[in-house]
Amino acid sequence: MFKILQTQPLAPGIKRFVIEAPRIARRQKPGQFVILRINETGERIPITIESSDPVAGTISIVVQAVGKTTHLLHSLGAGEFLADIVGPLGKPSEIAKFGTVVVVGGGVGTAMAYPTAAALKRAGNRVISIIGARNKELVLLEKEMGAVSDILLVTTDDGSYAERGFVTDKLRDLIQTGTHIDLVLAVGPVVMMRAVAELTGGAHIPTVVSLNPIMIDGTGMCGGCRVLVDGKSQFACVDGPEFEAHQVNFDVLIQRNAMYREAERRSMEEFMRERAGQEERAHNQAGEPRAVLQEGER
Amino acid sequence: MTQPAARSANPLTLKERMKVPRQLMPEQDAALRSAAFTEVNLGYSPELARQEAMRCLECAKATCVQSCPVGVKVKEFVQLIVAGDFAGAAAKIREDNVLPAITGRVCPQEDHCEAGCKLGKTKNVKPLGIGYLERFVADYEQRMGIRHLPKVPPTGKKVAVVGSGPSGLTVAGDLAQRGHKVRVFEALHELGGVLVYGIPEFRLPKQIIREQLDCLRDMGVEFETDVVVGRTVTIDELMGEEGYDAVFIGTGAGSPQFMGIPGEHLNGVYSANEFLTRINLMKAYQFPRYDEPMVDMHGKDVAVIGGGNTALDAIRSALRLGARKAYVVYRRSEAEMPARIEEVHHAQQEGIEFHMLTNPVEFLSDGKGWLVAARCVGMELGEPDASGRRRPVPIAGSEFELPLSVAVIAVGTSANPIVQSTTPGLATDKRGYIQADGATQRTSRKGVFAGGDIVTGSATVILAMGAGRRAAKSIHEYLTSGAWEAVPT
Repeated sequence: MFKILQTQPLAPGIKRFVIEAPRIARRQKPGQFVILRINETGERIPITIESSDPVAGTISIVVQAVGKTTHLLHSLGAGEFLADIVGPLGKPSEIAKFGTVVVVGGGVGTAMAYPTAAALKRAGNRVISIIGARNKELVLLEKEMGAVSDILLVTTDDGSYAERGFVTDKLRDLIQTGTHIDLVLAVGPVVMMRAVAELTGGAHIPTVVSLNPIMIDGTGMCGGCRVLVDGKSQFACVDGPEFEAHQVNFDVLIQRNAMYREAERRSMEEFMRERAGQEERAHNQAGEPRAVLQEGER
Repeated sequence: MTQPAARSANPLTLKERMKVPRQLMPEQDAALRSAAFTEVNLGYSPELARQEAMRCLECAKATCVQSCPVGVKVKEFVQLIVAGDFAGAAAKIREDNVLPAITGRVCPQEDHCEAGCKLGKTKNVKPLGIGYLERFVADYEQRMGIRHLPKVPPTGKKVAVVGSGPSGLTVAGDLAQRGHKVRVFEALHELGGVLVYGIPEFRLPKQIIREQLDCLRDMGVEFETDVVVGRTVTIDELMGEEGYDAVFIGTGAGSPQFMGIPGEHLNGVYSANEFLTRINLMKAYQFPRYDEPMVDMHGKDVAVIGGGNTALDAIRSALRLGARKAYVVYRRSEAEMPARIEEVHHAQQEGIEFHMLTNPVEFLSDGKGWLVAARCVGMELGEPDASGRRRPVPIAGSEFELPLSVAVIAVGTSANPIVQSTTPGLATDKRGYIQADGATQRTSRKGVFAGGDIVTGSATVILAMGAGRRAAKSIHEYLTSGAWEAVPT
């Protein structure tokens, strides 16, 4: 059992969780992830570690409520427990002095890109960060990313904050204006990472993406997270999660990530129905004392 | 013919014993069980067990014991069954085998003890049902809630065991019985390794594993789940700051092999490890009560590629999950199948269809990323290969399409690299398996031992347990003498 010490809303539907996990905190490096399971009937889901505090023995993760498991996680507060959390898994990001590095974070991917961006900055790189979100409310870690970047560029899809557009628009501008770029790191939705890869592939800029396939054990045992890289099967949990973007077959990743869409939808519906039922029962129970009082009056 | 021991409680003469037929294992009806995950074999009654035990010839030179990878004292425990002392028989087995309820179910006795049984050497006489008897006494002890555990003084030595599969649990049990403090680290959230994620409920109920784990806890063994050694903590940290005097690595074979044919990334194509893990560990067959999903197999055609026990476990699970057609596709013939004969028979009874001498060359898509068929080629057997089995060769012009919604690839595993790549100085072979001495299970690192599939590649539960037993003996010697010098062999 792993205790949640703190929860903090970062944006609508996005929360940070600080969790007691001393073994993981001691060994975590940027780019690595954990697999968590909320309760005895829960599924195992991979989540990138945002940061860790080896002295306090804690790790923090940023989670967007998308399906049943993440919604259930969002319903938990400080003092409550997760059945399991295992890690740190995957190979850490390669941290070296590359020169100028562009870090691209899309949506909640920004929180996953943040630890690597910070480590790249510490390693002496010039860091240009581009972070994007659907709208103003969903822009994540702007201050934190700003603190570890030489230049921070922000986009929103609807233009409600900073510049209207996509992160790839900004990246294209950088490339077209002749900015020398030694490495691009992109973390976010698969379609975003694919768009980044297409852009930088044409410009021959080395690019790394952090892949998010469906996983179970996270130790290389099941092969469910296999991705097609340079025409060969690689396991994202042990060979990744980061891969050279221009070798990744994103179509296969998108196809495999959609494998359980119907089951995920059904799971989510049942969860919402159950939760509505619980709320109704709680409401009815809250009404009971009044009914008893009325009986007593008669 | 050997004379029975004078103290034998067996009233039958040797001749009479030869005439008693081998008592059949009561089984759940094939039609009923093919739709359920409940156990196929139901177990002997005390009467059946005593009748079977009385067939034992009580040979002076017990070749059954010599044929057992962990050296269970077969003759002695069978004599205790004849005498009606079932609990005593269980305690006798535990001296050599800490997981009798498990081996009584999944060990291929026909290759070990029962292959060595003298009864079976006589024409038309079947060997003693040693596995069935082992299972009977282990279950009897559990049902009765009696367990004779030896009390041993603590030695003050600490041993870390990496992996809670058959080899690790054996090391843990054997060392705890010698007074050492043992802590077992498991990567998954549940203990048991391949016993829980790999072997299905209908062959090895999870409750049996839980009971065997409780028995190890009673012996003082500690367990910690959610620890991936090599990632969460390293071998060096275990032996350094965590203060372990020795480490045993039993991480299993681990990584599934794929065939490298087109279409392996299609939705509906699974490795056997993933397929079985979703079912056994994650209980995907109880979706949506359990959250982990899997492809719905009701009314679908499913094939497993491969001929081992894992392949049969997978396809028999698919059948239980509602598959309309369930095929085994194997590139050699039935004679070369590595699976246990009993499991092949069970699968045939349940209605699994066998496509022997057949190999898929491509998985075909519906155009939207989902599997619809396997393009297969017929094979014939040529000259023997390195494994000694005749090499399958494709027959020109024999290609055909087998319509399928789900394909499960069970063609073997390769070494999982996590521990090896994070432990400096730990020698591995060309294929990445850990090198360990065959007699002592010592690795190239002082105080570090290894055994089971991570040393040998995919094998069986009992062979892993045999390695665990040798390792425990050698760890005990190391902890008591402190000597590491290579033993001349």
